[in-house]
Amino acid sequence: MLMKLFTDFMGWIDKRLPVTDAWNKHLAQYPAPKNFNFWYFFGSLAMLVLVNQILTGIWLTMNYEPSGEGAFASIEYIMRDVDFGWLLRYMHSTGASAFFVVVYMHMMRGLMYGSYQKPRELLWIFGMLIFLVLMAEAFMGYLLPWGNMSYWGAQVIISLFGAVPIIGDDLTLWIRGDYVISGATLNRFFALHVIAMPLVLVILVFLHILALHEVGSNNPEGVDIKKPKGSVKPEELSKFTFHKQYSEKYDIVDAVPFHPYYSVKDIMGVAGFLFLFCWVMFFAPEGGGYFMEAPNFTPANGLKTPEHIAPVWYFGPFYTILRVVPDKLLGAVAMFGAIVMLFALPWFDRGTVKSVRYRSKLHLVNLIQFAICFVVLGALGTMPATPTANLIGVIASFGYFGFFIALWFYSKNENTKPVPDRIAD
Amino acid sequence: MKKLIIAATVGILFSVTALVSLTAVASGPSIQLDKANNDLSDKESLKKGFKTYINYCLGCHQLQYQRYNRTFSDLGIEEADGVANYMYSGDKIGGHILNSMPEKEAAKWFGSAPPDLTLEARLRSPDWIYTYLRSFHIDESRPFGVNNTVFKDVGMPHVLQNLQGVSTLTVSKQLDDHGKEHEVSSLSPAMGGSLTAEEYDVVVRDLTNFLEYVGEPNKLERKALGYWVLAFLFFFFIISYFLKKEYWKDVH
Repeated sequence: MLMKLFTDFMGWIDKRLPVTDAWNKHLAQYPAPKNFNFWYFFGSLAMLVLVNQILTGIWLTMNYEPSGEGAFASIEYIMRDVDFGWLLRYMHSTGASAFFVVVYMHMMRGLMYGSYQKPRELLWIFGMLIFLVLMAEAFMGYLLPWGNMSYWGAQVIISLFGAVPIIGDDLTLWIRGDYVISGATLNRFFALHVIAMPLVLVILVFLHILALHEVGSNNPEGVDIKKPKGSVKPEELSKFTFHKQYSEKYDIVDAVPFHPYYSVKDIMGVAGFLFLFCWVMFFAPEGGGYFMEAPNFTPANGLKTPEHIAPVWYFGPFYTILRVVPDKLLGAVAMFGAIVMLFALPWFDRGTVKSVRYRSKLHLVNLIQFAICFVVLGALGTMPATPTANLIGVIASFGYFGFFIALWFYSKNENTKPVPDRIAD
Repeated sequence: MKKLIIAATVGILFSVTALVSLTAVASGPSIQLDKANNDLSDKESLKKGFKTYINYCLGCHQLQYQRYNRTFSDLGIEEADGVANYMYSGDKIGGHILNSMPEKEAAKWFGSAPPDLTLEARLRSPDWIYTYLRSFHIDESRPFGVNNTVFKDVGMPHVLQNLQGVSTLTVSKQLDDHGKEHEVSSLSPAMGGSLTAEEYDVVVRDLTNFLEYVGEPNKLERKALGYWVLAFLFFFFIISYFLKKEYWKDVH
């Protein structure tokens, strides 16, 4: 009886909006390679953290006061007087750092298995746009508690735009809305942080997934699971039913429907992730001073500079690249260049073999040195600039940019291993 | 593949460790802080610390984000007792813990206005507060005749002087293992206070304890809830693991 009611209801809906079709196309009959490993958890985890940020953000907004006079006190009001306000706040602050952990892992996965290569260039570009917007979102969010590190961190970053020739000073003035960082800056950052950026972020995530489902998921082997129609013997086809959008055009092998196979697997990933997340959130929400920096426990003060201004850890790699270049303008160019390189990665890599498993030793070494340099740059970004740190920073910056340059040179005629036709069991 | 992950992990761990040790050397020795070893679950200690705060600190340092009634209920103080013994007349029980010091005037008197201390334990750490309050010494060049080894040239007088007494600072030069000369400063035992050194340490530990509580009143609740959440997630992970295994049977 109930079941019939549901079927009738869905029939009514489906005649007006293709809900069941979309469900099948993107979940229940979406062909996902059967060999996803650990690294494939981070896409769905990024979605989880995004939802966490949006939901806790909405509730935080209910008690937050976006003004120079009231912001700091309103955070303490949330921490003390709002029921479970402390939990909402820590979920949001820990979530910010978790977002970057997850996204960096997600990007590393793309690097390892060549998920940016043809035909997934646009998918990669959407991902990079998400990363860019995420950085803007995080930067603006960090000003909102109106602590002293919020203030001086923003001061440092906004002053970067002053390096732009001719219009630099006017540009910083336009961004701040004032001659110094003030309540005006806080208010516009609040507007952008809670409305503009999240909106753009959600749209980009939507496009990222649409683009993914158009070209299909890559996998650790870098082997295509969509074969030309009619090229596979019927008994070798995947035994599952896939949406006609995929199965009409291709013969699909070595795939499983995303739901329920990867939905149950991702739930397991979510449980594991949440365990670590909650561990930090409940027992070390300050993240050892890296997620919440100590000077932020005193209100913003334009006359009192913190002893050591450090951006939050997730900006570390780019901040170090900025800092090791002696010239301000060139430093800013290098920093933005570091991100541009990532954007252009699909064109730096001229190879056709995707997965590091079947690429040359040289590529493996290049990838490892890149990962090491990235982490070293990140660590340096949180430390005071000493001559030693600077020297290491320069070396690591060369490693960072060198990855792309070297890749462009060796990928054309790379000594790769033979790629199997199918994903082995 | 395994080799790649191992190599990357080892490389990353190695370089970060090297980096941290390098920078630690570069930044040089910092002030040694004594361990406060305070216990947030010790309500008697918190109450004594609260009392000390009201009597010695509140005149200059507000706790503008913390309310009286919240403090009473967290510390297990009856409201009537709280109103009689912890509050100045005229304050409201639901109000914040404030004083009536005019900020502008105070800035003139002390060089800078005495800061609010609600979040001091989060800003500087309990160990810092514990060490700081035990590190005043005579320095006639300063306006109040005292200086502090943890916070040099602090604008604050030694408010707890009648409890601790005063120390003097001796600076001597010593050679370290590498034959390098270092200035070593040491504080003499405090003289002339109404408490012994051990008693004074207890007073400061209680005060530190109270300030850590005020910095984050939900700290104990947070951790208590955390254990339940982790326990739940642990079982949830096991269940989800077997659920996944069950579903994936038809694939493998």
